[in-house]
Amino acid sequence: MTFSRTFATAGRVLTQIRHDPRTIALLILVPSLLIGLVAWIFTDTDVFSTIGPAMLALFPFIVMFLVTSITTLRERRTGTLERLLSMPLGKGDFILGYTLAFALLAVAQTLVAVAYAVWVCGLDIKGSIWLLIAVALADAILGTTLGLFVSAFARSEFQVVQFLPALVFPQILLGGIFLPRDQLPDALHIISDWLPLSHAIDALNAVAGDTHDAAYVGGELLILGAFALGAIVLGALTLQRRTA
Amino acid sequence: MMNSAEIAVAIDGLRVRRGRRTVLAGLTLSIPRGQVVGLLGPSGCGKTTLMRSIVGVQKVAGGHVEVLGEPAGSAALRQRVGYVTQAASVYDDLTVRQNLAYFRRVLGAGRDDIDRAIAATDLAANASQLVSTLSGGQQSRVSLAAALLGSPNLLVLDEPTVGLDPLLRADLWDLFHRLADSGTSLLISSHVMDEAARCDRLVLMRDGAILADETPDALLAQTGAADAEGAFLALLRRQHPRHGLERGAS
Repeated sequence: MTFSRTFATAGRVLTQIRHDPRTIALLILVPSLLIGLVAWIFTDTDVFSTIGPAMLALFPFIVMFLVTSITTLRERRTGTLERLLSMPLGKGDFILGYTLAFALLAVAQTLVAVAYAVWVCGLDIKGSIWLLIAVALADAILGTTLGLFVSAFARSEFQVVQFLPALVFPQILLGGIFLPRDQLPDALHIISDWLPLSHAIDALNAVAGDTHDAAYVGGELLILGAFALGAIVLGALTLQRRTA
Repeated sequence: MMNSAEIAVAIDGLRVRRGRRTVLAGLTLSIPRGQVVGLLGPSGCGKTTLMRSIVGVQKVAGGHVEVLGEPAGSAALRQRVGYVTQAASVYDDLTVRQNLAYFRRVLGAGRDDIDRAIAATDLAANASQLVSTLSGGQQSRVSLAAALLGSPNLLVLDEPTVGLDPLLRADLWDLFHRLADSGTSLLISSHVMDEAARCDRLVLMRDGAILADETPDALLAQTGAADAEGAFLALLRRQHPRHGLERGAS
């Protein structure tokens, strides 16, 4: 693995996306529009102030997961991945290059989504806005790395889209949006402790309500980072130079 | 028997299975250095599987493949072997130059390699066009250009001239011979028999086995055929006598 090849890969991915302005627009705007829609739905109630922070975890996570998994699947299917793996490109160069490129997009997406939620939709953030951005960003990057990982197990675009309900929806259902996690049946509560999105939502709620100190949020950030790192390592392990 | 300095690829008892099908059942073959070797055979005979095994991207069930003195697929070979797949494996949402710039950085090749590869594949007029806007033949030339970066010692080209106009095809074969003259070894597959005469050496393949491994002249002399197509048929009839009924007519 070398920095030069990792950065070359990240630069190449960003150049590809630059040629596709519509994707950039969708990537940056869709999470904000969805958050706006949720805020609008609950205009006459105070529900948005309780689920709004979770929305900052949810939509960027889903969008990044989908975009990354489909982009890398395309790379497998067009034969460019095989070409790269017959060249002196490290598996880590490939995965980290992609992570880096999409992390940059995630920064733009997160900044827009947080700004929109706070200043346009009036989401009340009692804690540090920077901490909020950090958690939302870690969450979007986690979506990217999970997308990279699952694309290894999909043979077609149909399959990769099915991973969304299979892997992401359970995390949404158990993440505490529908029912606070401590009110879940014990077994589900334990399972939800092991799902990364739960920690993202907990951390965002903690910052929004200023209910916990920065050390708690830092701990949750570490957990998100560990999941992302795990997905990166597993993603690199699933890249095979030799295939059947 | 060639000595090892003259051999680019030495294959011994190569076995490859894909799913339940055995594609190559104990194939043995030597490919000399500095020559243009044509790999001919009908579609589905195992040409691509053989090439993938040489490049080191194919899972193999047994046997040995040694490339330029190293086991196929070893890290040291990744800069020394250029591979062009049948489908143009380049990014269609990048321009020709952006594609080559990326592959150049991955290979760690020199900056001027990009212009050299563009010139060699006659893509100068299309260099700043998106690959998705190019014709199929142009796209496969971009793929070829990427394989020329870094001047690899061995080029494995899977049907590189499909769909190209005759003039360009002739140009590319000239390029292949210039590369061979400068010491590059080339293995080029084709199912177009009329390209056989342009090769220094021919390997005829069918059903995962080598039917012949000769110079074009020796092959014609041996079979008494007028061209590679005829030689191929004659060899097949020797193996399968029941197809040889009309031999007297030819």
